[in-house]
Amino acid sequence: MNTDKKEFAAFPEEEALVPSRSRAQEFFRLLNKNRLAFAGLAIFILFFLTAVAGLVLTSGTKPVLDPALVRLPEKLRPPLSRPNLQVLRPEQIPRLGIYLLGTDDLGRDVFARMLQGAWVSLTVGFVAVGISVVVGIFMGGIAGYFGQEQIRADRILVLILLFLGIGLAFLAHPSLGILLFALGICLWILCGRAKLRLEGSPWARFLFAETISVDTLIMRLVDIMLCFPSFFLILTVVALLPASIYNIMIVIGLTSWMGTTRFVRAEFLSLREQDFVTAAKALGVSKWRIIFRHMIPNAMAPVLVSATIGIATAILTEAGLSFLGFGVPPPHATWGNILSDGKRFIFDAPWLTFEPGLAILIVVLSFNLFGEGLRDILNPKLRERY
Amino acid sequence: MALLEVQNLKKYFPVKKGVLSRSVGEVRAVDGVSFSLEKGETLGVVGESGCGKTTVGRCILRLIEPTSGEVIFNGRNLLQLGGEELRRIRASLQIIFQDPFSSLDPRMTVGQIIAEPIKNHLNVSKAEVRDRVAYLMERVGLHPEQMGRYPHEFSGGQHQRIGIARALALNPLAIVCDEPVSALDVSIQAQVMNLLAEIQEEMNLSYIFIAHDLSVVEHISDRVAVMYLGRIVETATDRDLYENPQHPYTQALLSAIPIPDPEIRRQKIILKGDVPSPLEPPSGCSFHTRCPERKEICTKERPAFKDLGGGHRVACHLR
Repeated sequence: MNTDKKEFAAFPEEEALVPSRSRAQEFFRLLNKNRLAFAGLAIFILFFLTAVAGLVLTSGTKPVLDPALVRLPEKLRPPLSRPNLQVLRPEQIPRLGIYLLGTDDLGRDVFARMLQGAWVSLTVGFVAVGISVVVGIFMGGIAGYFGQEQIRADRILVLILLFLGIGLAFLAHPSLGILLFALGICLWILCGRAKLRLEGSPWARFLFAETISVDTLIMRLVDIMLCFPSFFLILTVVALLPASIYNIMIVIGLTSWMGTTRFVRAEFLSLREQDFVTAAKALGVSKWRIIFRHMIPNAMAPVLVSATIGIATAILTEAGLSFLGFGVPPPHATWGNILSDGKRFIFDAPWLTFEPGLAILIVVLSFNLFGEGLRDILNPKLRERY
Repeated sequence: MALLEVQNLKKYFPVKKGVLSRSVGEVRAVDGVSFSLEKGETLGVVGESGCGKTTVGRCILRLIEPTSGEVIFNGRNLLQLGGEELRRIRASLQIIFQDPFSSLDPRMTVGQIIAEPIKNHLNVSKAEVRDRVAYLMERVGLHPEQMGRYPHEFSGGQHQRIGIARALALNPLAIVCDEPVSALDVSIQAQVMNLLAEIQEEMNLSYIFIAHDLSVVEHISDRVAVMYLGRIVETATDRDLYENPQHPYTQALLSAIPIPDPEIRRQKIILKGDVPSPLEPPSGCSFHTRCPERKEICTKERPAFKDLGGGHRVACHLR
């Protein structure tokens, strides 16, 4: 202790520093204070473990708990009822010796079906949000960092030709499409070559005119995407595409990136004016390193918050789609289609509606609470400063 | 030959308005600034807020792209360099920032912050980087053991020391100090100033020292340039400027320095009005709207930058 003090005295400006805490420690300390967020995280971890257990227990050719096993004599048994061993063949007897959450109208074990559905909800939530966050960060990052760059008219022309070419080649006229595609590439090369030579001529003024900035382009695209009622957009796309869990994830992901884009753009716009970014530029750090090492980590807080709440929304959307019959095709169980099947028996067998409903409610609520808590914890103004 | 030679540097920021963002005018933030900096010398740049001091500093490093002019550093015009060449030359021309809190990445440890330029420019092993960082931290008065800590665990003065260590990491020839002490407590200001002076002596560095506080500049500068509305109105050696200010604006600035002695009475020159808008700078001498000694000619002709001998130059019709 004494030697410590002496050493500090050598540095006059030194204050006794508080014991160092890493970011993670600090995070958990603040999380611990926020009871609701902590409960949200606990439920989320429980849900995660349940979903993983569900995947292990209900998949394979001879699953431990078979969600698709039909026991017609045992239909619509209430939760916690014992199976009637006289009417069941040995392989039909449930492993747990009890129908923990009852059976549905085909005598299938709802507990097993709920477990299977948990994995669907988890993957849909995470993959969809993963897609939307990646797209969002990419678009928002470009809009925020390169936003002031102007797009030249010739580039737009080339892009239109290329897209038209690809579209035609795949849909209607392969030869015409390839011709347009080639024309686009030629124009691209020609414009690059001719730029200097054409300088000053009226043609060049038209061809190389600066039209709109990258920022405007991306943000207007965001506005357009936000104009669509996204649930109906998803319904349309799902109706056109073959029904599968992956299509649903991708579609949900590709219709929910706009919020992240706005967040990331806003963060980038403020970060690029910060001195530490200027300092990195002055040190000759490459712009990609600036973006990935300095800007994205500092822009992640709001993205993380919106992603957490986004997972809840994605789970809800998937449940809604399954409820309407557009989701994961049967016999695969999801919480949405258990709910949907159960609504016909809501007076005879209310557990078929209430169990998945409650599960969705609890999971979505826990994600929302955790997301809100995260927002408070990651807000630097609420942190203690030393 | 001078280490750094700035010739007629200009930076006009376009002012855009409307849906089509048409240019409706320009802010003349820096309007024809010329000066030179010798090796080992400190040039102080002073002036009130908005006179373009910071813009000059950043234009020299090309952190802001100048509109026109020349910046000749070590015999090469920085404004004509691009890509890799510019990146390499940036190692020897560094900057220290005003705001100690925003100039360090909050998500990197102090060790990582100081190591970044080393890793970026030199191909050295991890152990060497560590040694160098430890040396630099010791040099600026920080404990090398605190390498693994985050910026928010340090005070403002320590932040500034970290910023200095980062700027020194590549053994630069010149450093632009952009008001490095104006955000600090007075007692800590002195420590940081002394540190800068020590390092300068040790490494034979040149500083461009930007500040709005004349007493701070007096402490460290060899020569001082006074800026007003994007132009340099007077340059002189440190002593010459403080003892014999020529330009009315410099005189007004100097008379505003408080003297810590209540017995002393002196004539204060109080300027009336505000700095004119750099959107439409006044005709003739840009200071004529506030000058106590204004004459007819001041409103019409822009004064030349006259040499009064001994390196004392002033842009005023009356001298």
